[in-house]
This record gives sequence, C-alpha cells and structure tokens, in this order.
Amino acid sequence: MSRKKEARKIIFESEKEMPPVPMSLGSMLHNRTGAWRNIKPVIDLSKCIKCGICWKFCPDASIDIVDEWPQINYDYCKGCGLCAEECPQKCITMVEEEK
Amino acid sequence: MSKEKKMTTTITREEFMSPGHLACQGCGASLAMRLALKGLGQRTIVCIPACCWAVIDGPFPYSSLDVPIYHCAFETAASSASGVKAGLEILGDNETAVLAWAGDGGTYDIGLQALSGAAERNDDIIYACYDNEAYMNTGIQRSSATPFGAWTTTTPVKHYKKERKKDIIGIMAAHGIPYIATASVAYPEDMVKKFKKAREIRGTRFILIFAPCPAGWKSRPEDTIKLARLAVQTGYFPLIEIEKGEKWTLNLKLKERKPIAEYLKLQGRFRHLSEEEIAAIQQEVDERWAKTLQKCSL
Repeated sequence: MSRKKEARKIIFESEKEMPPVPMSLGSMLHNRTGAWRNIKPVIDLSKCIKCGICWKFCPDASIDIVDEWPQINYDYCKGCGLCAEECPQKCITMVEEEK
Repeated sequence: MSKEKKMTTTITREEFMSPGHLACQGCGASLAMRLALKGLGQRTIVCIPACCWAVIDGPFPYSSLDVPIYHCAFETAASSASGVKAGLEILGDNETAVLAWAGDGGTYDIGLQALSGAAERNDDIIYACYDNEAYMNTGIQRSSATPFGAWTTTTPVKHYKKERKKDIIGIMAAHGIPYIATASVAYPEDMVKKFKKAREIRGTRFILIFAPCPAGWKSRPEDTIKLARLAVQTGYFPLIEIEKGEKWTLNLKLKERKPIAEYLKLQGRFRHLSEEEIAAIQQEVDERWAKTLQKCSL
C-alpha cells in the first residue's frame, strides 16, 4: 500500500505555490535511508521456513513479501540487525557493506 | 520447501507506515506505530505532540504515514484529539478513530493534565503512550517514566536517578475509563489485538506501549525486541488489560520470572549499578508483580 505512493521530492518554485498552512503533500519514500547502513542483512532462502518473523519485527517496514518469500528492500533497510537476531532459523546474516 | 507454502503472517499484511522515515536504527517507537496502525486501520487520525514521532514522521511537506496526522503542542495530545473527535462528530463521522500518540514525556509529565481532563470527560479517543523511559528526542533527559538507577544526561552516573518510575497505569485506572492496556513491541499479535479491541470500545482508551530506545538506553539496535521481551518475562512490564477501571486481566501468565539482572545488563544506562542496587531493583519488581497478581485476583 505504502509502496504505491510516489517517491518524489517536492520543490516549490515560488512562495505562491506553498500551501497556506504546513501540511504533508507527499510521502517520505524519497528519503532512501539505505545509505545509513554499515552492515546489511542477507537472507539464505534455502533455510527460510517462511515464519514471517523478520517481516513482523522490521521497524522500517523494509522487508517485503514477494511471491510469499521475504525480500529485503535495500533502498530503505537501515541495517539495525533485528531480523538477523530474531530469525529462528538463523538464515539471515549481517555482512559488511562494500564501499 | 514447497513453493506453494504461504508465508505465515499472524498480523494483517496491510502497511500504513512507509519506509524512509527518520527513526534511528532498531527504533522501538517506529515499530510500535507500524503495529498500532495495523490494528486501527485506514480510518484513523493521529495527533502527535512534540516527541520522537514528531521527527520520525518527516519534515514539511512529507509524511511517512498513510493516515492524516495533526502535529500539536507538547502538552495538548489528549485535548487536540478530543477536539478532532468533536469536529468529526459534528460532520457526522462516528467511524473514524482518533489516536493521540505521545511519548512518555508528553504523557507522564507534560501532557498529564490534558490526558486526565480527557479521561474525566470520557472523550471518545484512543491515547497511546510509547514509553522509552526518558525524553529521547531532545537528548535523553530524565522523565518521570525513567526507572530507578538509570543514567540519563540530567541524571549522570554519579547522581543516577534515585526515584522510582511513576505508576501511570494506576493513575489511569483511578479515572475508571472503559479500557486500559499495556502492550510490548515484542508481542505484535497481542498489541494488534489490543488496538483492534480498543477501536470497538467507545470512551477514552489508554494503551501504554513498551518501546526500547537503543540510542538512549545505550543498547545494541538488534537487541530492541530482546529487551522488550525480557521486560515482560522478568515481570518488569506486565501485559495487562483493565476494563472500566476494575476488571484486571493478566494477558501473559509467567510460571517463572527471569531475574531482572538479565534485562539490566544489556543496557549501558544501568552499567554503573552495584549488586546491592540490582537486588533493590529486583525487590521492587517483585513487589510490583505481587501487587499486579493481586489486582488480577490470581
């Protein structure tokens, strides 16, 4: 649902374009928080039992369910490591980000 | 593994919070909002006073929630929500739920009089407090939700907090409002269920959410869920429901409680505590647990 929104930056050309009161006109999807990350989670799908725990606990809502498999959205994953810690199968590993 | 097997999802798949928000890594509060909105659904208006969520949501002109948000002054979460609800009622909308979403500073300290007023009037709002036990947004200052022994920037290690945490559930129970509950981010099913239940009830509903804060508690971001779970398993934060201020229910009965030291040692803010002080905290937790059991008539 959230992903259907546009990840668009809003730029006002002049003051007249601005709304009379501060209000939200777009979503924060343009803010790709994946850049905050030092370590990234990688899922070994061969060991995955589809328990949904990683998806359930992601504070950034950046684990998607794609064709009934968990998939990490690296555009937004901040690399907190919660999914790797909570995974009962230990099939998520945190690996150093390449620079 | 068969390809047809569906992924187990014990809570609704619909998302009302988009990624890209400004919470720290491993934030308990952002997970709390995600789960709360899963329980409440699309027809919700959120009133947010000054707190972490006023920042997490994003700057003008953006928002990271798919529901309308009203940013209000620090002390007015409950009164703003009451006003929004009154406006909706005049428009003939009795369906939309109004959620006041405040931190522990905006609930235990600054917003207490507005909350007490709304509870006394029994205004038809849901008040959710996500408790991270200090003023985290402004830089980890002590609040009346900060527990005994904790380090904060205003209670440094030499003069750590000597007072105990305020019993907000007791205060709200004394108001006799229709529904009070505590929830923890480590138990998402329980939390979503409580928000769903709160939505069906009319009158002031109060939900206290335990939301660990890695930045303020000096814990590892990956330990957020572990800490929230330990808080429940040690009896430090019991999961309860109170209906009409009288009927107490304990949602998670524990046969054996874990020692509080297990919970404390994961956090840097308790690192300076001596064995005697940990024993004193254990004793306090034991006393509170016994009182909770007594109230739930167990």
